[in-house]
Amino acid sequence: MSAKVEIGFNLNGAQRTVEVPREMSTLDMLREVIGLTGTKYACGEGECGACTIIVDGRSVNACLMFAPDCDGRSVTTVEGVVDTPLGERLRDAFVQAGAVQCGFCTPGMMVQAKHLIDMHDGKLGREAIKRGIEGNLCRCTGYVKIVDAIAAAAQPKG
Amino acid sequence: MTADTYLAPKRLDEALEALRGGEATILAGGTDLMVQSQSGKTPIGPKLVNIRRIAGLAGVVRADGEIHIGALTTIAELLEHELVRTHLPSLAEACDHFASSQIRNAGTLGGNVCNASPAGDTLVPLLALGASVELAAKPDAAVTTRAMPLGEFIVGPGKTQRKPAELLTAIRIPVPAAGGVQRFFKFGTRPALDIAAISLGLVTVKEGGVLRHVRLALGAVAPVPMRGVRAESMLEGRRLDPALIEAAAAAARDEVRPISDVRASDWYRRELVRNMVKRMLTDVSQS
Repeated sequence: MSAKVEIGFNLNGAQRTVEVPREMSTLDMLREVIGLTGTKYACGEGECGACTIIVDGRSVNACLMFAPDCDGRSVTTVEGVVDTPLGERLRDAFVQAGAVQCGFCTPGMMVQAKHLIDMHDGKLGREAIKRGIEGNLCRCTGYVKIVDAIAAAAQPKG
Repeated sequence: MTADTYLAPKRLDEALEALRGGEATILAGGTDLMVQSQSGKTPIGPKLVNIRRIAGLAGVVRADGEIHIGALTTIAELLEHELVRTHLPSLAEACDHFASSQIRNAGTLGGNVCNASPAGDTLVPLLALGASVELAAKPDAAVTTRAMPLGEFIVGPGKTQRKPAELLTAIRIPVPAAGGVQRFFKFGTRPALDIAAISLGLVTVKEGGVLRHVRLALGAVAPVPMRGVRAESMLEGRRLDPALIEAAAAAARDEVRPISDVRASDWYRRELVRNMVKRMLTDVSQS
C-alpha cells in the first residue's frame, strides 16, 4: 500500500494542491490526477521526450520525475507554454514549417524548444537546436521541418 | 500491507536520521530510480527519502587544492560550470555526451556515481581525475563522515561501499596541474541517449614531451570502471612515439575484461579499446 503525499506546486501559473501516491510519476499525475493530457506518454523511460515539461526553468522528462518531487516547485506543461507569446510563435512556426506530421511528439518538441530558446537568449543556431532536441524522438522523421520551426520561432519578432 | 512513507528532509542531519536503520531508498534526480523501480530491479523500500531539498548539497566550489562537487549538482549544472569547464574538461566532455538535455537537467552527479553502472558516463573521467567520494552518516547524536577513492567505492555493477545508513554528499577532485592533458571518449552507435559500448578517460601531464602522472580509465569493459594500470606504467615517464603508442594500446586491450552483450561483443570491445587508446595517444602526441 503506497502512501499518499499531499503536495502543492505552481502549475502553469496557478497554485495547485493534489494528493499523489509516493511512487507516481509526474506524467501520470498530470494526465490521470489533474487531467492535463497535452503531455504525452510514449516510452515511459526517458528515451523519447514526448512527456517533456519544464520544472523551475529546466526541461525534464515527466515520466522520470516522482510526482511528490513537484512539491513547492514551478511546473509548466505544453498547455502553459502555448499560453505565452513565445508559445504562440512556436505554434505558428510549427504550422508554417509543416513540422507536425502525426503530432504525437509535437507537445514535447514545443516544450523543449521553449527551454532551448529561453536558455540561449535569442542566439540559438541550428546545431544547438539539433543537439537540444536529441532527447525528443519523432517517428515520422520530420526533424528538418521541426528544426526549421524552432529556428524560426527563436528569432525575436523585429 | 506496509506503512510506506515519503520524506523530503531539508537538512542533512534530518536525512541521515531518516536513513538510520536502513529500509530507505534514496531519491535525487529520479532518472535511474524511476526506471529501475518500475522494472523491479530496485524495489522502493518502506521509506522513500527525497534528498533534493537538502540545503548545501549542490554546487561546485574550489577549496584546499580540490574541486568539491555537491552530490545534488545536476549534469547540466556541471556542464555549464566555469570551474568544471576550466579545470575538468574531460568531465565536462562526458557531461556533454550524457543522455539528453532533459536527463542532464534532472540527473545528479551523486546519483550517477551511486548507480555504479559499468558504463556510467561520469565515472570514467572521475576515475582518471583521481576523484574520491564523501559519505555521511548519523549513527548517534553526531554526524560522521568518511571519504574513499572512487575506485574503491564502486565494487560491482550497481554495487558500492555505501552503507544503507550513509548518504553520498560530495565528490572531491584534486585540482589538476595547469597545462595538463585531459581526454574523454565515448563510443556509442548514436550521439545521444546511448549507453557507451566503451568509454575512455585520460589524465596526464606532458613535461617537455614526457608523460607524467598518467591515469587511464576505461568504462563498460569490466564489472566496474577500471584503470588501465599496465598501459599507464608503460607510458609513465616516457615520450610518446608510434611504437610506444602501439604497445600501450595493446596492453590496454589485454587488461580489460569485457562481456558480450547487445551493444558489443567481448572481442569488439577489446579491439575498440586498442584502436581508441591508440587514437587518443596519437592525438596527445601531436598536441
